[in-house]
Amino acid sequence: MALNRRIAYVDLSAGTVEVRDVPLELRRKYLGGRGMDAYLLYNHIEPGTDPLGPDNALVLSAGLLSGTPAPAGARCQISAKSPLTGLLGSANMGGFFGPELRYAGFDHIVIQGRAEKPVYLWVHNGSVEIRAADHLWGSDAVQTQTRLREELGDPDVKVACIGVAGENRVRFACVRTGIKNAAGRTGMGAVMGSKNLKAVAVRGTLPIRLADPEGALGYLEELVDYIQSSKYAEIMGKWGTLFIFDVTNSTGLIRTRNFQSNQMPHSEDLECEAMDRYTMGMAACFGCTMHCRHKYVLPEGRFRGQYGEGPEYTSQGAFGTEVGAASMLGVLEANQLVNLHGLDTLEVGSMIGWAMELHEKGLLPAELVGDLDLRWGNLDAVIRLIDDIAHRRGLGDVLAEGPKGAIERLGPETAYYNIHVKGMSNLHSDERPTPSLALNIATSTRGADHLRSRPAIDLYHLPPKVLERIYGKPGLSDDYRGYEGKPWMVVWQERLYALVNALGVCKFQSVFLSPNMPKAEEYARVLRLVTGLEFTPEELMEIGERITTLERLFNLREGATRADDDLPERYFTEPTPEGLPAVRGKSIDRDRFDAMLDEYYDIHGWDREGRPTDATLARLGLDAEPTRLV
Amino acid sequence: MKILAVDEKRCTGCRLCELVCSVRHEGAADPARARIRIVKWEEEGVYLPMACRQCEDAPCAAVCPVNAVGRDPELGRVTTDHDLCIGCRACVSACPFGVLGFHEDRGKTFRCDLCHGDPTCVKFCETQALRYEEGDRVVDGRRRAAAARFRQAVA
Repeated sequence: MALNRRIAYVDLSAGTVEVRDVPLELRRKYLGGRGMDAYLLYNHIEPGTDPLGPDNALVLSAGLLSGTPAPAGARCQISAKSPLTGLLGSANMGGFFGPELRYAGFDHIVIQGRAEKPVYLWVHNGSVEIRAADHLWGSDAVQTQTRLREELGDPDVKVACIGVAGENRVRFACVRTGIKNAAGRTGMGAVMGSKNLKAVAVRGTLPIRLADPEGALGYLEELVDYIQSSKYAEIMGKWGTLFIFDVTNSTGLIRTRNFQSNQMPHSEDLECEAMDRYTMGMAACFGCTMHCRHKYVLPEGRFRGQYGEGPEYTSQGAFGTEVGAASMLGVLEANQLVNLHGLDTLEVGSMIGWAMELHEKGLLPAELVGDLDLRWGNLDAVIRLIDDIAHRRGLGDVLAEGPKGAIERLGPETAYYNIHVKGMSNLHSDERPTPSLALNIATSTRGADHLRSRPAIDLYHLPPKVLERIYGKPGLSDDYRGYEGKPWMVVWQERLYALVNALGVCKFQSVFLSPNMPKAEEYARVLRLVTGLEFTPEELMEIGERITTLERLFNLREGATRADDDLPERYFTEPTPEGLPAVRGKSIDRDRFDAMLDEYYDIHGWDREGRPTDATLARLGLDAEPTRLV
Repeated sequence: MKILAVDEKRCTGCRLCELVCSVRHEGAADPARARIRIVKWEEEGVYLPMACRQCEDAPCAAVCPVNAVGRDPELGRVTTDHDLCIGCRACVSACPFGVLGFHEDRGKTFRCDLCHGDPTCVKFCETQALRYEEGDRVVDGRRRAAAARFRQAVA
């Protein structure tokens, strides 16, 4: 059945593995994936732990519907205390790794300690082995997977691994699987590197029994039809997330030349149609009908002849607007390189954009810049800096420390120009005209981020009646420039996304970029048919709330305060210079932002410092944590 | 006669076919025992669905020592009578496509049975890389596409 997957505790210092069952009580409270990760982190990491020390716990968790025919049940969560923020580290990954982990008999792997020499884990039908990986150290993130498949003699082995960036503990190194999938954010690759853990290879043939196979097939056929009948699914299947660029840039919602503009002119070669020259078709993650990932072979340039997948909207910004370049080939080359090195594309672009603005303002020491030509749009410098960050050379070594560490090295006068929250860089989106999205990045439990609570459909001018149907509250404003009612939308999305991450299904097939996608109602039915667990939609949304609140408790325990739920100063001081009249000249109003934050806390049942009250903890069954049930 | 037609160029590699096949036949999400499998060259982005091709002159039938493998003329499929099957796996070895499986728990072989004329994998294949259609029509589209390229080349 879907509930019999186990948890393995690996101690790399001692070289031991212990396998345990997961109590059903925890499944009911946290499901799996990000939910169980929150529980395991809160229970297994002591406050004040060094994120790159042996005591940090790295947790890999498949979602509870991962590996089942639930729509896009592809995903897993990788979590630890973040070396980037010093707070919650948590990144979600698609591809095929999560499902294979479940077929191998496990839902969760908790890794502590530090191996003396490089190792990898071989997880296969109920067993976990620690094996030497000296021969893999130094391999890029794709080579590593190929070599492990050869070594293990099975082309169907799935691998999560680090590239050289993780080995060098770049604070925003990611964990990679497949050609481009990544647990991208918060530096989980650096944590793997710090443990001398190069890879986790999984392969399994253990069935996941469904509670109601016939019922599941019947309903899922309906649900797939519903998903695929939307215009949005058609667009995603053709362009992937690249389509978002055309919409946001023409409106003026894109961070350009670090944060100096909100729109990029002459951007034709960044728009999704520019991908026509390179794409050879679309690929999908496990069990997904939407197939949003381009496959390409680079026809020219530095990596001529190399096969790659992607890029995402994220890279259009990271290696396009943020660094002032408009070249799809440039985006693809940079995408290729970050994927091989195992770097978070978003953090890389953001750090380089920041360095370019610092250089422009004369705030970078000449000896650090050396012969780098950091003028806007210079893709040669971008490519070289990606290499330098991964290998920790010169300026790259400084940038590899992430926003907080790099500001410390370069001086307090550079802080104003870095667009980060809690020490993590923001997407290349510009939220100055959109208070709901601004509140989202300020309050996300892992730092500036669009994937934890973004009410993206706030941009669609949906009629209030439709908003009421989705968000379950009357009187929500359809004006994306407004402040009223926005905290509720953020809280609602926060719960939904936490739920989606705990289930191991894909956000793209939930209410994220389209209002006509599944939400708790549909998931409740899928969960019943697949696992036999009965939940009401309200109970599922409460699980989302519980997960977010436990993540909040983790951050508070590490010393986070209300001051960390803030925006970069520039959001308040610099109005947007470009864009449509509706978004031009906009900045965030400090008083109204603070009022939104109060309201956001109130909805949660947190005090004005953002601490959950005793009553809230009791309501969510969190008053006894840490309970150490597993 | 309808066959399970594969257009591998449309395959996105999602493996939903494996999943729904195994749910239909095994009551479980169990790709290892799916009757259809996607073979991948991941580093090149090439994916190929493989299932029993329901051979007319089937090697699996020829090698079966107890004549358990036969042909269902109505659906044009190769069948195994599991009451006769002795689980010797000769058919599994003989299959030139490697698309017969062996269920170790049951001691029996398994293969694509076309879901008795309504293949579940086809219903879930959004890109129509898998289709269930008349065998003599399968290459019509491909011929036309090739002709169109030829026409363009000589124009």
